[in-house]
Amino acid sequence: MSVPPKPAPAGATEIGTASPAAVGARGDEARLALKERLALLRRSKSFIAGSIIVGFWVLCAIFGELVVPEDPLATDPINDLMTPSADHWFGTDRLGRDVFSRVITGARDILIAALLATILATVVGTALGLVTGYFRGAVDDVLSRIIEAFLALPVIIMGLLVTVSLGRSNTTLILTIGILFAPIISRTVRAAVLTERELEYVSAARLRNERTPYILFGEILPNVTGPIVVEFTVRLGYAIFVAAGLSFLGFGIAPPAPDWGLQVAEHYGLISGGFWWPVLFPSLAIATLVIGVNLIADGVASAFER
Amino acid sequence: MIIFLAAQVLPGDVARRILGPFADQRAVDELSKELGTDQSLLAQYWDWISSFVTGDLGESAVTGRPVSDVLLDPLVASAKLALLAFIIVVPLSIAGGVLAALHEGTGRDRLISVGGLSATAIPEFVWAVLFLLIFALWLGWFPTTAQPPDGAGLFTQIEYLLLPSLCLVCVLFGYIARMARAGTIEALEADYTRTAILKGLPQRTVIRRHVLRNSLLPTIAVVATQAGYLMGGLVIIETIFNYQGIGLTLARAATQKDIPVLQSGVLIIGIVYLVATLIADILYSVLNPRVRLEAAAE
Repeated sequence: MSVPPKPAPAGATEIGTASPAAVGARGDEARLALKERLALLRRSKSFIAGSIIVGFWVLCAIFGELVVPEDPLATDPINDLMTPSADHWFGTDRLGRDVFSRVITGARDILIAALLATILATVVGTALGLVTGYFRGAVDDVLSRIIEAFLALPVIIMGLLVTVSLGRSNTTLILTIGILFAPIISRTVRAAVLTERELEYVSAARLRNERTPYILFGEILPNVTGPIVVEFTVRLGYAIFVAAGLSFLGFGIAPPAPDWGLQVAEHYGLISGGFWWPVLFPSLAIATLVIGVNLIADGVASAFER
Repeated sequence: MIIFLAAQVLPGDVARRILGPFADQRAVDELSKELGTDQSLLAQYWDWISSFVTGDLGESAVTGRPVSDVLLDPLVASAKLALLAFIIVVPLSIAGGVLAALHEGTGRDRLISVGGLSATAIPEFVWAVLFLLIFALWLGWFPTTAQPPDGAGLFTQIEYLLLPSLCLVCVLFGYIARMARAGTIEALEADYTRTAILKGLPQRTVIRRHVLRNSLLPTIAVVATQAGYLMGGLVIIETIFNYQGIGLTLARAATQKDIPVLQSGVLIIGIVYLVATLIADILYSVLNPRVRLEAAAE
């Protein structure tokens, strides 16, 4: 019995079938296509809205430390859990740290972790997808089975396992997410490569006796960039989702970093006591960031998939 | 199953982890022998997987209770939570997706699609925090934990479980609605739908008999894969609502480095996922005559 096609969580499966064959010819035509896509992007409302939101958080990540009113790590136990006021816009947390400063500077850790993890996943996943899609046969079979085994467990749970065995650090977080996402990306790339490898330019390259790595990375790769770019933006959103979740559980970014997930984890127990501010503001920060990234992904997907 | 081998092999020196870095090497060796971790990895794996099949999951490294005892009650509790979430989300998201598809391109479609997408992208614990603040703290409608008092009736239990399951609903809604929408649009554009409309069938009949039957197929596959995601979501939701389910048990086992509980729990989750996929597979073939015929022809 055949397994029904398992759609990747974000509906990424359709990408593979939207063959980039139209961009088949390289050179001028490809450049023109890219220009058209960028023009489409600039007109996409969701892309613009997403860029503004994400841009704001990127600025916070880069310059946040310079502009925030207080040191995000400075504790002040006498003034703990103060309600939001003119002095502390978002109040103070249980150690008397300024929540506003922590929310603004908290953008950095999660953005760096999610971005590096996604880049890692994209590089590994693209290489895997090119190899499995191009060679098919035994290589494909073996690698695909391993990939399916990887996909069988929820990322959060795998993250738990890996962090328990390797210990908690930003590197572990990045490696875990990167390696767990790579198979998902490789599936999309593989699907795109499967259509590409049948096209004439590939057989031409083969007849010219080009070396296989050149055919893979020099000929096929440029023609499957569309799906890869889409997949990258989609995965970035998920990377933030998972990184925040793992941080919340205490298996991600380590304290006392002003990470949003950590802030929520440290204070959610106080909600029933009426202390809403140290929990609400970092939560809203995460929510806006993921929505921003997803709006970008949405815009990119509609521009690159036609 | 490769994955379990890989995942189980990772936890280096278990005894060293339990006793901490300052423990005497002799004590570490002794505990290793007791736990069987001094044997080769392959022997350990065989030992573990063969006893797993016979129902002997070993003992918790922290409390010494049998792992099957530690995991059983939470598993039932989690099943309740997951079931409630599914009962709410499946009809809701399919209705949402179909509605969006029928009004494709209108404001209602954008609202459902973009709203669902955003809801899905927001981590569960953020939803949990928002719901807790609004419904439990400010409006006082619901309790702040999910653990109902012992011996509570069905409705009290549902009252306690409603907020946590709503968080899962928010995350799942987008995926399922999106698939339902895509499937419905495809079915609406198909030739057989046009034929059905042209031969004068009422719209209601066309949608029910021709569109929905075809559009819900891919949706079912998505629902099953989400069962896998749901397990990850449970870890977070149960932690924040302090609900004694499998997720909280796993999170606690991970924090305490209780490897036997952790690996058996993860294996159970893997099995649940496989079973869910299998059920989807069967449902898919029952609903899709083409797959059924192909299977028969082979």
